[in-house]
Amino acid sequence: MTDTHSAPPATADGSQRRDWRAFLASSEIDTRLAGMVAALAVIWLAFHFLSGGDFLTSRNLWNLSVQSASIAVMATGMVLIIVSRNIDLSVGSLLGFLGYVMAMVQTRWIPDTFGLGFNRWYTWIIALAVGITLGALIGAVQGAVVAYGGVPAFIVTLGGFLVWRGLIFRMGEQGQTLSPLDDNFRLVGGGPDGSLGEVRSWVFAVIGCAGVSLSLYLSRRRRKRYDLSLRPLPVDVGLAVAGCAVILAAVGLVANGYESPITKQPTGVAYPVVILILVTMAMVYVSRRRRFGRYVYAIGGNPEAAELGGINTRRTLMMTFVVMGILCAVSAAIQTARLNAAVTNLGIQNELDVISAAVIGGTSFAGGIGTITGAVLGAVLMQSLRSGMVLLRIDSPSQDIVVGIVLVTAVAIDAALRLGKKRTVGVSLVTGLVLAALIIQTGRQ
Amino acid sequence: MNQTHAPAGTPLVELRDIKVSFGGLHAVDGVSLTLMPGEVMAVVGGNGAGKSTLMHTIAGAHPADSGQILVNGSPVTIANPRDARSHGIEVIYQRLALADNIDASGNLFLGRELRTSSGALDDSAMASATRDVMKRLNPRFRNLNTPVKSLSGGQRQSVAIARAVHFNARILIMDEPTAALGPAETEQVRELIMQLKSEGIGIFLISHDIHDVFDLADRISVMMQGRLVGTVDKDKVTKDDVLGMIIMGKQPGSAA
Ligand SMILES: Nc1ncnc2c1ncn2[C@@H]1O[C@H](COP(=O)(O)OP(=O)(O)OP(=O)(O)O)[C@@H](O)[C@H]1O
Ligand SMILES: [Mg+2]
Repeated sequence: MTDTHSAPPATADGSQRRDWRAFLASSEIDTRLAGMVAALAVIWLAFHFLSGGDFLTSRNLWNLSVQSASIAVMATGMVLIIVSRNIDLSVGSLLGFLGYVMAMVQTRWIPDTFGLGFNRWYTWIIALAVGITLGALIGAVQGAVVAYGGVPAFIVTLGGFLVWRGLIFRMGEQGQTLSPLDDNFRLVGGGPDGSLGEVRSWVFAVIGCAGVSLSLYLSRRRRKRYDLSLRPLPVDVGLAVAGCAVILAAVGLVANGYESPITKQPTGVAYPVVILILVTMAMVYVSRRRRFGRYVYAIGGNPEAAELGGINTRRTLMMTFVVMGILCAVSAAIQTARLNAAVTNLGIQNELDVISAAVIGGTSFAGGIGTITGAVLGAVLMQSLRSGMVLLRIDSPSQDIVVGIVLVTAVAIDAALRLGKKRTVGVSLVTGLVLAALIIQTGRQ
Repeated sequence: MNQTHAPAGTPLVELRDIKVSFGGLHAVDGVSLTLMPGEVMAVVGGNGAGKSTLMHTIAGAHPADSGQILVNGSPVTIANPRDARSHGIEVIYQRLALADNIDASGNLFLGRELRTSSGALDDSAMASATRDVMKRLNPRFRNLNTPVKSLSGGQRQSVAIARAVHFNARILIMDEPTAALGPAETEQVRELIMQLKSEGIGIFLISHDIHDVFDLADRISVMMQGRLVGTVDKDKVTKDDVLGMIIMGKQPGSAA
């Protein structure tokens, strides 16, 4: 960005272009993110036409949003872990374990062990609190072994992968299914009643619009106070308008456009999606506006520089695993609540989906690079592929093949873009598309 | 930064018998040095002589195994970079120590971020302060918002130098600060060194450029294989004397 706030207004072509580059550089929506949105749009349109108009419906998009939520929530934490050059392979097992513990709390421990009854007003609060605390503790233990013990995260979390899954079977129930769950707890999963409803969804949307506009205004005012270069006002206004339009459209057309099959009323935004939005906002704030986030990125960019900068790198690394553990508990609540049961294979292979979402969203294993919003989009993109293929009646093994192809293609394109190899971008894109199309064509049942 | 004033003539920094070893290798083997306020002390020697390692002990990057460090006459413990900073010690590392994925102001304030009352990063304040200090150091510096990865070697060096200048170092360690710079930028760093010196800042300057050393330094310490060959007054020796010390490890007749 040039420091030309005192220069005459940009009129020439060159400075116009520089403004745009400056705009892209300084806005949250970097080019990579814009590319992902474009890819998502293409995928949605393609499935819409291939399925004869079944994809872009309120019902499908509403389901898509709910189905993406749990993986997306965990993906936001995985970003911080991968950015700091680690990995967490235990999230699927940890999710299963925490889900099982939360179910035990509400179906066994509170009613039987403590004799405090079932389905009470406090049941869901205690269950969630236990799950989140335990998730944080387990994350702290795994993180401490990584950060202070010097054991590679791959090994520690591979151990965790086995341990947490195995422990489900050791909790006295021989791994039987625990069901039904507390009525309030089940709302977290977004079942028939687990949504905001029409009116509160609109309120939520209006708050969202106000938030977007306010944060743009405050950031502008801060930069002005320090006499820093500003984005052109129309760009900021455009961003605010676009943000509000997306929010209102999502609520009006999707959330409130979808009528509950039971009540025939607009369902509104599902609670898992509300949770995802809140988690995403919190994680974006933490990663961009807090010291902790800055340190995570600094460690990923250059661990030595972070250390020499006086950063407590070990504690920072440990904290990334604590955050991951908490998010696993949140996702565990969403998944068990949605099933209205805790089962032993809950969360199996989730670690692969979560890592894929983060990576498709532009997180690099080289460290230091990755965004929270990218990972959420990555999760939505993966779920879109699966939902779309279900609509097209593609069998499940073929779905896996396509997701695998897309994962590798996305990373290949990302790497080529970073190196500025335009031809490789084209070759990767075409190869990936042809392979995926081939599998989809031949995989139809 | 708020030490009591030591009596005149007290060295800003005094190193006593510093030793550092890596496994069996004595990288620094009993070195004693002093640095006076407003003095530029060149530390020279061949590759692997132990110059960077010695400076790392003062910087808190790699604490000494034994020996004593005195700042303003009082013994201090420097166990980590924070300790060093609390004594007004700033370092420009040989390998710059920048996080490539973060922009200039993020790097400048790394570990010492400015925060708003809510504890959030105050990016605007940091960007503005960065702009001001860069203006002074490298007026042509423009890339305030791009990750430092995409900067040239010289621009990256300006960022590392800006970090030391912004935080008002009283003791500055420069480990080959001009190694990546073109002639104009090198000249800027030289001017900066002279200016900081006139402000009473003490500077350890590590350099392989004997001309730089003679232009800038007041005294020259020569290291070889972890040991101090000797410390000489620049005015009392010739370049050949110093080269002899660096290469052969021999004391010139006129050594101080
Ligand atoms: N972290 C380390 N681990 C092991 N050995 C090290 C380490 N750092 C330095 N050394 C060794 O210590 C010795 C002194 O290294 P140092 O970097 O201090 O030399 P130098 O004088 O700065 O050299 P140069 O002019 O090449 O920068 C070398 O033999 C080096 O290999
Ligand atoms: Mg060195």
